[in-house]
Amino acid sequence: MEAPEDGEEDEREALKRHLRAERQKRKKRLLEQSSIQKSRDADDVKDVTSIQQYSADEGPSEKADDSVVLSKSRTGSQKGLTSRTQHTHHLDDFVKRRLEEKLKAARSKGESLQDKEASLEFPSRLHSLRDRDTVTRFDREADADRAGRRDSPPPLSTRVRFREAARQVGKGLPTAEEAFNFFTLNFDPDPPDVIETSSRRRQKQRKTTDEDEEHEDVDEDIQEENETQSEEAPLVQTQEDLFVIDQSPQDFLEIRKAEYVGYQKLLQLQSELLFTPSFRTVPTSIKLPENMKPRYLEDEGLYVGERPPVSLTNENILENRILKMEEGKKWFGDDGRIIALPNPIKESSTRPPLFHMEEALDPALQTVYRKAVKSKYANLYIAGAADPEGDYQLDVDVSGLIFSHHPLFSREHILGARLAQMYDQYLTRQRNNLTGHLTDKLNGLRNALRNMLESHSGLNPTQALQQRISEYNLEVRNTRHLRDSEQEKDRTLLKNIVKVWKEIKALREFQKFTNTPYKLYLRRENVDRVSDEQDYEDEILAEVVELEAETEEEYQNKLAEYKKRLEEWKLCRKKQKAKKKKQKKKKKGQAQDDTEGEDEEQDVSESEGPTDEPPPKPEPPERPDLGSIEQWVREKALRIRRKPGEAILIPELSASANITASELCPRAEKARREDVARRSLFTKILYNDKEVSRTDSRSLNTDFRVHFGQIFNLKIVNCPQSISLQVFEEIGSSCSLLAQVFLPVPEPSVVTGSVPLEEFEFSSNQRVMFDHEGVGSDVPLSFEADGSNKQSLLTSGKVSCCVSWGIGDDDVPLAPPISQQPGGVHSGKGHLDAVSYIGASGLYDMKKIGEWAKQSRLDPNDPKNASIMQLLKVASSGEVTAPEYFRLEHLQEEFNFVTDEELEKSGRFRLLKLRNQEVAEFRNYKFIPALEREVTDTVFQEYEKRLKEGEVIDTKEHLDSHRALVAKYLQKIRESVINRFLLAKHHYLLSDLVTEEEIPTIGILGINLFKLAEPKRPLKPQRKERKKVTAQNLSDGDIKLLVNIIRAYDIPVRRLQSNKPGQSSHSALQGSIGLPDQIQVRPFVEVSFQRTVLQTATADGPNPCWNEELQLPFSAPNGDYSTASLQSVKDEVFINIFDEVVHETVMNDKNRGKSIQTHIEKRWLGSVKIPFSTIYSQSKIDGTFKVNTPAVLLGYSKEKSHFTNSGFDILRSLSEGTFITLFITVDPQLVPGESVREKFDTQEDERLLQASERFERDAAQRYPDRPCITTVIDLSGKTVFITRYIRPLSPPKELLDEFPNNPLEATPLVARFVSLIPSLPDQVSFSATCDLWSTCDQFLTLLAGDEEEHAVLLCNYFLSLGKKAWLIIGTAIPEGPTAYVLTLEQNLYLIWNPCSGQFYGQYDTFCPLQAVGCLVNADNVWFNIQQYTSPMRVSFDITKANLWKPFFSRTFSHPGLSSIQPEELVYRRTDRAAAAELQDRIERILKEKIMEWRPRQPTRWNRYCTTTLKQFLPKLELIRGQDVAEGHRHELQSLLGDYRISGFPLNLVFSEIRPIIEAVYSTGIHSVQASNVEFALAVYVHPYPNNVMSVWIYLASLVLT
Amino acid sequence: MAASNPSVFLLTVNGHIEGANFPEYDNLYCKYCFVYGHDWAPTTGLEEGITQIASKSSQASHRLIWNFPLATTFKSTNPSGWPQLVVSVYGPDVFGNDVVRGYGATHIPFTPGQHTKTIPMFVPEPTWRLQKFTGWLTGRRPEYTDPKVVAQGEGREVTRVHSQGFVSVSFLIMTKDMKKMDYETGPSGPANKPSATSG
Repeated sequence: MEAPEDGEEDEREALKRHLRAERQKRKKRLLEQSSIQKSRDADDVKDVTSIQQYSADEGPSEKADDSVVLSKSRTGSQKGLTSRTQHTHHLDDFVKRRLEEKLKAARSKGESLQDKEASLEFPSRLHSLRDRDTVTRFDREADADRAGRRDSPPPLSTRVRFREAARQVGKGLPTAEEAFNFFTLNFDPDPPDVIETSSRRRQKQRKTTDEDEEHEDVDEDIQEENETQSEEAPLVQTQEDLFVIDQSPQDFLEIRKAEYVGYQKLLQLQSELLFTPSFRTVPTSIKLPENMKPRYLEDEGLYVGERPPVSLTNENILENRILKMEEGKKWFGDDGRIIALPNPIKESSTRPPLFHMEEALDPALQTVYRKAVKSKYANLYIAGAADPEGDYQLDVDVSGLIFSHHPLFSREHILGARLAQMYDQYLTRQRNNLTGHLTDKLNGLRNALRNMLESHSGLNPTQALQQRISEYNLEVRNTRHLRDSEQEKDRTLLKNIVKVWKEIKALREFQKFTNTPYKLYLRRENVDRVSDEQDYEDEILAEVVELEAETEEEYQNKLAEYKKRLEEWKLCRKKQKAKKKKQKKKKKGQAQDDTEGEDEEQDVSESEGPTDEPPPKPEPPERPDLGSIEQWVREKALRIRRKPGEAILIPELSASANITASELCPRAEKARREDVARRSLFTKILYNDKEVSRTDSRSLNTDFRVHFGQIFNLKIVNCPQSISLQVFEEIGSSCSLLAQVFLPVPEPSVVTGSVPLEEFEFSSNQRVMFDHEGVGSDVPLSFEADGSNKQSLLTSGKVSCCVSWGIGDDDVPLAPPISQQPGGVHSGKGHLDAVSYIGASGLYDMKKIGEWAKQSRLDPNDPKNASIMQLLKVASSGEVTAPEYFRLEHLQEEFNFVTDEELEKSGRFRLLKLRNQEVAEFRNYKFIPALEREVTDTVFQEYEKRLKEGEVIDTKEHLDSHRALVAKYLQKIRESVINRFLLAKHHYLLSDLVTEEEIPTIGILGINLFKLAEPKRPLKPQRKERKKVTAQNLSDGDIKLLVNIIRAYDIPVRRLQSNKPGQSSHSALQGSIGLPDQIQVRPFVEVSFQRTVLQTATADGPNPCWNEELQLPFSAPNGDYSTASLQSVKDEVFINIFDEVVHETVMNDKNRGKSIQTHIEKRWLGSVKIPFSTIYSQSKIDGTFKVNTPAVLLGYSKEKSHFTNSGFDILRSLSEGTFITLFITVDPQLVPGESVREKFDTQEDERLLQASERFERDAAQRYPDRPCITTVIDLSGKTVFITRYIRPLSPPKELLDEFPNNPLEATPLVARFVSLIPSLPDQVSFSATCDLWSTCDQFLTLLAGDEEEHAVLLCNYFLSLGKKAWLIIGTAIPEGPTAYVLTLEQNLYLIWNPCSGQFYGQYDTFCPLQAVGCLVNADNVWFNIQQYTSPMRVSFDITKANLWKPFFSRTFSHPGLSSIQPEELVYRRTDRAAAAELQDRIERILKEKIMEWRPRQPTRWNRYCTTTLKQFLPKLELIRGQDVAEGHRHELQSLLGDYRISGFPLNLVFSEIRPIIEAVYSTGIHSVQASNVEFALAVYVHPYPNNVMSVWIYLASLVLT
Repeated sequence: MAASNPSVFLLTVNGHIEGANFPEYDNLYCKYCFVYGHDWAPTTGLEEGITQIASKSSQASHRLIWNFPLATTFKSTNPSGWPQLVVSVYGPDVFGNDVVRGYGATHIPFTPGQHTKTIPMFVPEPTWRLQKFTGWLTGRRPEYTDPKVVAQGEGREVTRVHSQGFVSVSFLIMTKDMKKMDYETGPSGPANKPSATSG
């Protein structure tokens, strides 16, 4: 068969073309298949099958039985086929030409090649045609295919295969592969082939010796022709031999009706086209090359990673699919599984966590190093365990447990347990029989000694002998001691047993029932009295003799020592005497010089110290009293030994006593027994701290033994590190952990069946108490009658269990080999820990690491070792550039476009970095210059200044170092909170991004339908909600603040300064002369906000009505209109009420005559300030506010006509004051920021949190406008239940000391103290709607807080004063949602505003509290479910459940939440010196400022007035500005008669200097233009404990008239 | 500033919003705006614009043609925040309500020369079926709070969109001083062949 080689080239060309044509055809065929099949009937199909079967028959394959189904067209097709395929040798009789053969060979090979390509199609077709049992057959086919491959390794190229095929053809005998190909060949291209061949044959008949090429050409032509007729191909096929030439047009063209194809048939057809891979597991042998055994790398000890999890079915499908592919086997590894990389998913992140909270971290070392946590599971797979067969099994046998003490033990049980325990002890002692052993030993020793002495009695004992004798003596003595102690123990044990038994008996008698089955018998074993006595005496005698000898010896020793010491003493004494003499002489000589002498003396005493005191004269040892020895020995024998002749007592414990039936027991005991019956126990088995199994729950027996008797077989994958049992006790449905018992991991040699059960003791220190007979645990109890000798017992017991390695079916222990047990003993160098082997310092030593790696035989494939391997590789190649840390982008350095230092240095990069980190100063920084040199340092100045400020406390700004510290601390908290919120801000919700209409409910739909019928312009228009605007698409000037000033009440009126009418000037009278009654005051309102000042028109009278709208533009900081930025706007709206005073001065100018000069002067009357943040969050503020008026307003007085008829004295004074009605809103309406959606971590119980969530949700659903708070966030960002904040705390002692007799009087003072602590709204400081609640001590340290903190502190103070106080969570104006305090005094509810210290009666119309949401005290939270929220209409009787819904109710009781407040508050003493200093500084600063504000005019200070004013201020503080002292004014007037004074004291809370300056500025006192004006300014700082300061500023302007 | 030492580079964008392919809708108009980073500023030209309403021709090609010119010049100091063109297409629904038909964004090409971009468009999906129905009924489909959302990556994970239609935009890009500031864009050399990229 050398021909194929010759014509190879040509053939290949031809073949290629042929293949192309055929491929095309096949495509077409696929398209037309169905139509073909439709046009043919079932017989035709059979034809094809029969052909296949027949040819299969011819091959050497095993499917001969199939050939039964042959059809009539057999011969024809047979011929066609055989002529084409040429494999069969017995049928090629008419095709003999060599040329032809060559061609065929080539083609057949080519076709088989093609078939392989199409291998995905044919098998299914094959099987579907055959029968339905596909899988096995298919597999066999595959086998056949493989078999064919055996001798022909996978072809490298077509050429090789080509040759191969030719060779095979040449052999003539079809191989298995050929047979397979034959079967599975694609038969649809057959017809053209057949025609082709036939035509070829025809040609051959014509010209036989043509060249191949020509043949092929013709072939192709025909093929092309045939392509069009492929539909009829089979038809032709059958007739091919007969009607080759006379094919009628009908044969080519056939017109038929479209035929219906049945479903089954369709399925059949489809299955021909579709390949359904089998689900079944592919045998490994198929997947591997022939004659290869699967090789498991794990078995060879190489690291094989864990495969990614794929379901078995999917894997099987994939394998089947792959196997059908050409070269499918290359997908399989040596182990017969699909090659897979190890599971890339790591258990833990390999990237070190980075925190960018702070900038300026060294970029390379930003990593926060954590102590490496040993990954429990990644590391510890037992090699080979990944293989499912290589399982190891641990058998844990939990047999049972016995309680040695249980809380439900009755007293008798305790005694019983003790008895049992002692009996056990007795038995073990008996078994060991130490006493007997020791006695025997002693006797033996004595005998030996005696023999020794006897044998050498005559002779002089040698040195060695003496040595031995003394050794023996020593031994005898030791043994005797041991024996004595053992005997004593035996004796005491026996005694104790008897004693306990007696106690039990007594107890049983006493309680008249029996609880334990124990019964002790004492068996008496009589002994022979005489011999016993003899023994006893002998024993004593022997002992006495020995003791005598010992004492004698001791005496001799002592005597010798005594003599020695006596000698020494004498010597010493002599020396001393001599020295003393010397000393005396010295002393005499230096008697005058005392100090020196003393020194000397000291020296002397130092030098001779030890010898100075004479050693006591040694006493001569007493001669031991030998007589007493015997006495002693006898006593001891009596104590520890049985009396001679006394019967031996052998205790026997039996459990035969009858337990008294429950009915006969007293109730307490019955309860105990019932309790016992209710309990059951089970144990959990924890393997490597994971629960793997648990025993059944067994009820507790009355004898407190539980039998489980269960064996658990643990199939383990991980190395055992710990095995433990947890004993749980179940009472009803709840179960509690009693104890945990750790079991040792058995050695691999410990195998099931060979280990006895072991007992492991456990105990629990839980405290349990009962009110029945059960004694409880950790509860002291006594068995004595007088209650003494108390002891407390802990729950304890023993678990009997054992752990061992299981045994497999073939008696192989299922234990891991020793070497692979890192938990166990290290065998050799199997698992060396690198650090322990080389030491930490050695880690830098490459050589050592290399050595270690070699010794520990690191698996280079193991990814765990990759870094070391790399390190070693680097080290061995000479480059020592191993990275010191792991980086994901370890090539980062190459990609860095500048070095880190450059990055550090560059201002531009710094700018970019800061902007990226959203540092406040740079958040929206525009146009960072492109070039380094354009970045000026000024950019950073502010930022750096701020950074520096964080470190350096600026005392000047704060006046008080403590405040500075607090400010710094607040800043820190703020930063951390902001960082948290910055993170949270990047979590978006759908509503943040997409605006979507709410789904209208049916109701709304209905209303909308109604609306259609509504008139377009109704007569009574309904108020529409304004549309809210999201802030982000706003810009400067879009937002306006609308302030509607409606009216004011009770504005102070001017009073005539007519106490000195004689001196009253013209002008003073002028103001009031004209209309003395009407023009009492001419007030106007000035509103200032963000440097815009607007004022209303001037109105007349004390109750003016302006009804004027002022529009103030609003601009957000940095033009940033985001919600967060708007929330952090700190600006306040100042609403000041002024009185417009017109002065007319008559100028008497001699030249021009009289002229009248009019001065318009505004005098400050009071102010209201409302922070923008309130307006923003409330969206509108509407109501009547109390105006902050100064306590004294010089020149003004109140009209009191309103209240003359009022009977309520308290209320009258409460509602005194000036009020203003305002309406403030922002236009357009801004959407207030939402609260943070972050869930905070907490230490509260999950159940409580859920309940509180439910409570709040219910409340919000039913009453959406009532604030309801049950949990709040504390300063550390944890959720805390609100009641924990309430706890009685005592106010500073100083406050209480002021009214020692009347604590009620102290109440307002306390309230004032609280109100003096500066307020700082959280929203402003924390720039997001998040309310942080600090505890009272934090609050007092920070000295700044929100209303809540004030309210909590005030409430706690009130509670400690013995009042009934609650926290009111509600809404007030202008604060919005806030907290007030409610107290109950003499059946009258008072509402306290904690920030102002004011209190209001419940029915006070001007109470700023508008709505009551809920009440809180230490025990509960009550939500207002009444119809109304206004405090006036609310009943505060919280006991009524239909008015107040309690949080903790009977169904969910108060779990005993401990308070988070401190036990008591520690106050710093008032620091008067600091206050005085502060006072001076404020005064100085204010004076400077006022002068600064009056740049044009000189500012003169009236010192006399200042000193006068200064005296008033402390008085004002004393009366807390409540009572306007009329006398005060008179006093002042009398002092400064000639002046027209206007002025007022301001009382401020001290936090910083800036607000004080601003407050002074806002009064406008500096703006007096009169030329002869003088000013007076007095400052008084009143210190309260804990640095709380009340600042009084008295401002006055004086005009000399 | 001296030409040799520029401190900003310029990017001139000319071009057209050529048209759109929305097989299902007609009578659409398009709004566009540019989104750019902090270090960018438009110097001339419109930043935002709105096209005429275009309806489809009755001819075979069902394209909407706007041919709306874009002509904007940006200056910048920093390629970070390179401008993006955000287009959003609106049109009336069955009831005549103006609803959004698609959002899309594309970066302005970096390289000078002519580019044609086809921007696939999408709209946010209603959260649930009923909403879809009521939205259809009331003509209030879900919309992005700000069309510029589509130019940013943050927060997109919470939305679901479905795609509809394409808008094709042609750009003519010129840059100035980019190279002087050491920013290489695209292949060096003169051959800035019009790359027919598509989004």
